[in-house]
Amino acid sequence: MDAVASAGRRNFLRQCLVGAAALGASGSAAFPAPARTNAPPADSMVVIARDPQLRGGGANVDARRMEALLDRAMLALFSRDRAPRTPVEAWKRLIRPGQTISLKVNTLGGRGISTNLQLVEAICERLQQAGIRPADITVWDRDSEEMERAGFRIAMGGNRVQYFGTDRVNYEQDLVAYGSVGSRLSKILTERTDVLINLPVLKDHDGAGVTLALKNMYGVIHNPNKYHPNGCNPYIADVNMLPQVRSRMRLTICDATTAMYEGGPAFKPQFSWQYNALLVSQDPVALDATGWRIIERKRAENGFRTLEAEQRAPRYIATAADAQHRLGNCDRRKITTVEV
Amino acid sequence: MHAKVDRERDAPASPGGTAHVQSPEMADAPRLLDRRSFLMCALASGAALSTGEFTSSLGAQPIFSGEQGQANEQFTVEARFYEKQKEKRIKCKLCPRECVVGDKERGYCGVRENRGGTYYSLVHSRVCAAHVDPIEKKPLFHFLPGTTAFSIATAGCNVNCKFCQNWDISQVRPEQVPAQYAPPQRVAELARQYNCPAIAYTYSEPVVFSEYLMDTADAGHQAGVRSVVISNGYIQEEPLKAAYGKMDAVKIDLKAYSDSFYRDVVAGELKPVLNTLVTLRKMGKWTEIVYLVVPTLNDGDAEFRGLAQWIKTNLGADVPLHFTQFHPDYLLKNLPITPVPTLERAKAIADAEGLHYVYIGNVPGHPAQNTYCPQCRRMLVERVGFTAGKMLIRKDGNCPFCRHPIPGIWRA
Ligand code: SF4
Repeated sequence: MDAVASAGRRNFLRQCLVGAAALGASGSAAFPAPARTNAPPADSMVVIARDPQLRGGGANVDARRMEALLDRAMLALFSRDRAPRTPVEAWKRLIRPGQTISLKVNTLGGRGISTNLQLVEAICERLQQAGIRPADITVWDRDSEEMERAGFRIAMGGNRVQYFGTDRVNYEQDLVAYGSVGSRLSKILTERTDVLINLPVLKDHDGAGVTLALKNMYGVIHNPNKYHPNGCNPYIADVNMLPQVRSRMRLTICDATTAMYEGGPAFKPQFSWQYNALLVSQDPVALDATGWRIIERKRAENGFRTLEAEQRAPRYIATAADAQHRLGNCDRRKITTVEV
Repeated sequence: MHAKVDRERDAPASPGGTAHVQSPEMADAPRLLDRRSFLMCALASGAALSTGEFTSSLGAQPIFSGEQGQANEQFTVEARFYEKQKEKRIKCKLCPRECVVGDKERGYCGVRENRGGTYYSLVHSRVCAAHVDPIEKKPLFHFLPGTTAFSIATAGCNVNCKFCQNWDISQVRPEQVPAQYAPPQRVAELARQYNCPAIAYTYSEPVVFSEYLMDTADAGHQAGVRSVVISNGYIQEEPLKAAYGKMDAVKIDLKAYSDSFYRDVVAGELKPVLNTLVTLRKMGKWTEIVYLVVPTLNDGDAEFRGLAQWIKTNLGADVPLHFTQFHPDYLLKNLPITPVPTLERAKAIADAEGLHYVYIGNVPGHPAQNTYCPQCRRMLVERVGFTAGKMLIRKDGNCPFCRHPIPGIWRA
């Protein structure tokens, strides 16, 4: 074979995958679990912050009301311990000056159902007030064009918040692996992220059942198309176990201003509703379990069968909580839902 | 573009190599593959096309092409094999996976995208690897020995073999690998310019670029250039007939003779591949089979015997079968290189079952790389590395010693 072309990746693989791909008699690849980080708490909190007047009677989200909604959600999320006096104080519990912060948005659904621009701007504002330099904040998804179609303006360089897709900076050359997954990671994650803030949307997904916090991490790998069989299970859980993902993930703010209960992931206006809410949690599994329930409620209201009956229940959520993954809690008894 | 291996072939520093068709500014937007690009790269690497004695010295590291957007329309054509469904969904009918793909999503192979309920191939004329290879490297041993094939690939694959040697083009999306615009007529012209009697579709998985393969085969035939495909055979019958019906020879990688290996190591299925082989046989296509022997996973006597018996019963004893040596790569780094005695054991079993042309591959200098007359046992084609040395088969395709007919396509 032509050895030259492969030298770089081979060296890497020697370092990273030695002993990793233990293909046993069963034939299934098994990579060892990384050192556990962020082990799930005994119980998890999910804040559902809603504002029926979020759009002020119009079609678009009102930026001020969005900022207020975000503040309410963040204060509630940290209210259990020493309640923060201000929203900025709440943010300071997650980040500290000098860190690089990235906001992983979801823009597949175009303007119809993507992470809301006003939400992103409100978060960037609070991060800067908490001491983060604007240039150290990156708002990103897989593809810059997709971001533009969702209403984001691409911005690279200068002392401002950075907006661009992985297509502008590439994926890492080398593979990382966990369980069933072997992928290259976005360089935005590996090079521009000390703290990852996950900003998915709340919607139905024809393959996975629902797409919320955990599935949004498919946007950090180069080959998500390989991980859609079997309702994305266990692949979604495995992607979230990649040490580079797990160790950086601090917070999920799920944009449910517009949500979809059927027909996802592309935008289908007939199956969408204006929920005017944010779901916020530090536990992505608890957030997904909660979001799934909201989607099921809406399906029932509209006469749709459950995802279970449709044979596309999101089993990956339970997998993410199992003993091998321990990414969070999906048992309802361990999830405290706070509505504000 | 990348210096590439034919999947499952692995012969480091072998004599008889590959000329790389590559542009020096390849990280930029894709451009037309041209003779000048080829020469610059081939000469820069000290490549000597005429002797085939160059090595793979181009530093073709995988480079992400940041300039190349997903929406690059010159590479986008409507897919030929799919059905429309409700809610803008489609069902792909190209390979047995039958992906049901929602709007704005892609199939498993990553190179086909649903845009508003119409399914598109994103890799027409989007060549990410191009080389002039000896035909023996494919390997096709009974097809124009001693000639070269103008070999091309696009990104993408419809399976995910854990041992893939070309995973950096097969397991990526088209926009993640540098590519050049190589329309069918241009490929045919270049093949002629480089005295290649055949175009080979290879390296990644040609099933997933079947529209491009079909158009290029037509252009090649119009220019007097044949076509061969190196494939996993994981394809539905209708596209198989339509696409591989245009081929002059086919090499199928039969990854194992067990369902569990296909499920766990390949992420595919055995049965459709066996069906493909039977259909090719009925179509009268010249077909050779490669079986990569992976230590501990598909190297049992019973599997070798079952495979040989199945081939003899369903395809006949004259189908060449190549047992090739595995080298650790991609997600199977923990297994050793296949020991030569294992390959010899596989060959001995297949010989004993009555197959006439059983070869050992990826082991330079092994006598089982040569072709012998099954009747008089004399050597008819001698191979050293990827080059055919002696070629004694008569013009009429018979053994020069005993006149036994030797199946294959021997003369251009
Ligand atoms: S060719 Fe690609 S999209 Fe079509 S069924 Fe196969 S893997 Fe799926």
